[in-house]
Amino acid sequence: MPSLFSFTPEEILETIRMIQVENLDIRTITMGISLRDCATASLAETCRRVYDKITRLAADLVAVGEEVAATYGIPIVNKRIAVTPIAQVGEPSGEDDFTPLARALDRAAEAVGVNFIGGFSALVHKGFTRGDRALFNSLPEALATTERVCASVNVATTKAGMNMDAIAWLGHLIKETASLTASQGGLGCAKLVTFCNAPEDNPFMAGAFHGPGEPECVINVGISGPGAVLAAIRQYPGANLGQLATIIKNTAFKVTRMGELVGREVSARLGVPFGIVDLSLAPTNAQGDSVAEILEAIGLERCGAHGTTAALALLNDAVKKGGAMASSYVGGLSGAFIPVSEDNGMIQAVESGALSLEKLEAMTAVCSVGLDMFAIPGDTPAEVIAAIIADEAAIGMINNKTTAVRVIPAPGKKPGDMVEFGGLLGRAPVMEVNTFSPAALVRRGGRIPAPLQALGN
Amino acid sequence: MTNDERAIITVLGRDRVGILAGITAVLAEANVNILDISQTILQEFFTMIMIVDLKESSLAFNELQEQLKEKGKDLGVQVTIQRADVFKFMHRI
Repeated sequence: MPSLFSFTPEEILETIRMIQVENLDIRTITMGISLRDCATASLAETCRRVYDKITRLAADLVAVGEEVAATYGIPIVNKRIAVTPIAQVGEPSGEDDFTPLARALDRAAEAVGVNFIGGFSALVHKGFTRGDRALFNSLPEALATTERVCASVNVATTKAGMNMDAIAWLGHLIKETASLTASQGGLGCAKLVTFCNAPEDNPFMAGAFHGPGEPECVINVGISGPGAVLAAIRQYPGANLGQLATIIKNTAFKVTRMGELVGREVSARLGVPFGIVDLSLAPTNAQGDSVAEILEAIGLERCGAHGTTAALALLNDAVKKGGAMASSYVGGLSGAFIPVSEDNGMIQAVESGALSLEKLEAMTAVCSVGLDMFAIPGDTPAEVIAAIIADEAAIGMINNKTTAVRVIPAPGKKPGDMVEFGGLLGRAPVMEVNTFSPAALVRRGGRIPAPLQALGN
Repeated sequence: MTNDERAIITVLGRDRVGILAGITAVLAEANVNILDISQTILQEFFTMIMIVDLKESSLAFNELQEQLKEKGKDLGVQVTIQRADVFKFMHRI
């Protein structure tokens, strides 16, 4: 029936299978909202304006998302909001505590029905302004007393170098956040991302914020589909690695097209410009929706074995190539995510002793983000946490890529214990940490200079 | 004809008497024109794909979706209706 069907029944069934069996979904549509015009000299007034603007612009976000999901028969799992880094919005108030702004964001998110709102953020790669300090000061309390607010800080860029004072401070803030949320396993830390080279249009939480170069309001789409890639790879056990790259590219292309379609439709219905599609393989704890299992299907006994970095490099690059062809505007993080707690294969790899923190760090050098959603013992010193962040930021800075750390020093937990976060955030086995001290390095403070960009060998 | 008004209905489940009749009755009631049908049995599973024109439909998309889902439940099959753009976007540039 080629006359009316411009596609074959096999193609139709392939799409249905990807959605219904392999968990292909639109992971998030994220509305970016500029809050720059909400900044006033009074924090209370700023909070009011922030709440009003978000609830006005995002009023229909969830309903439209659900409508589009039904029309196309493809689930849109999350609807979210990213806002201007709050350090910049709160700064004119002259206050030293921005927790009220976090609460205003939380209330606005609840009012419009989104599960996360990102942008309790500061960009401090070169240094602090007064507003940046106020935001840092507020982080533990803001994360402990709000439910939906996500925070992120950018502490390094390839062009500016690394702000080690910020990194040292974060070591303490992360511990404080963990202790304030100890009854939930340190959950507050799961909502705080420390970036190097943070993208301004990333739709994925917890690191989403609406960057200074973004328009007034924008729709960015994050898609996922580890399950679809895994199923495709499993169909070709005899393929060589070049053929495998092509198989991954084909799948990534198809997955990204869904994001492009949904993004265009949502933005048209909301009357808001369409920003980018972020093609990231974002795993969930659902059966088969795992990046670690993809690496194992490529040919590893367990994720974390030698060869894991090579397999991940192939996967990440093929995903980007397929995705870039499928959308006019690809942005955000775009690549493979390797969060430990949100990926059953990663959890198993840690539990079986195949995956160490050191190997995880090596993997981040070739994938899209970084050390994500992993738990370490609650008594890990602040300097060690800072040094973990510094190492990760150095990888990003030198390699001109985004890296990030989302670490949970789980209060009262020891290596081998399990921390349960529930829902999308999953559960994390507590990983062993190298206990030799980096304290002297961290206490030196100052900035690590920006790296040379030529002579790149 | 543009793709805008076209949708694709897929019906998956165990084969039994009356699946086609049941689904087409819902469509006829809603004044939805069937443009083409493909039907196969894949590994014991009844697989039907229909392409339909929603231009003259008396129901909103979500109402039709709901009715088809209900009918699917009665028949013990899974019925999906999606705008045709999904397939065009995924498989064609």
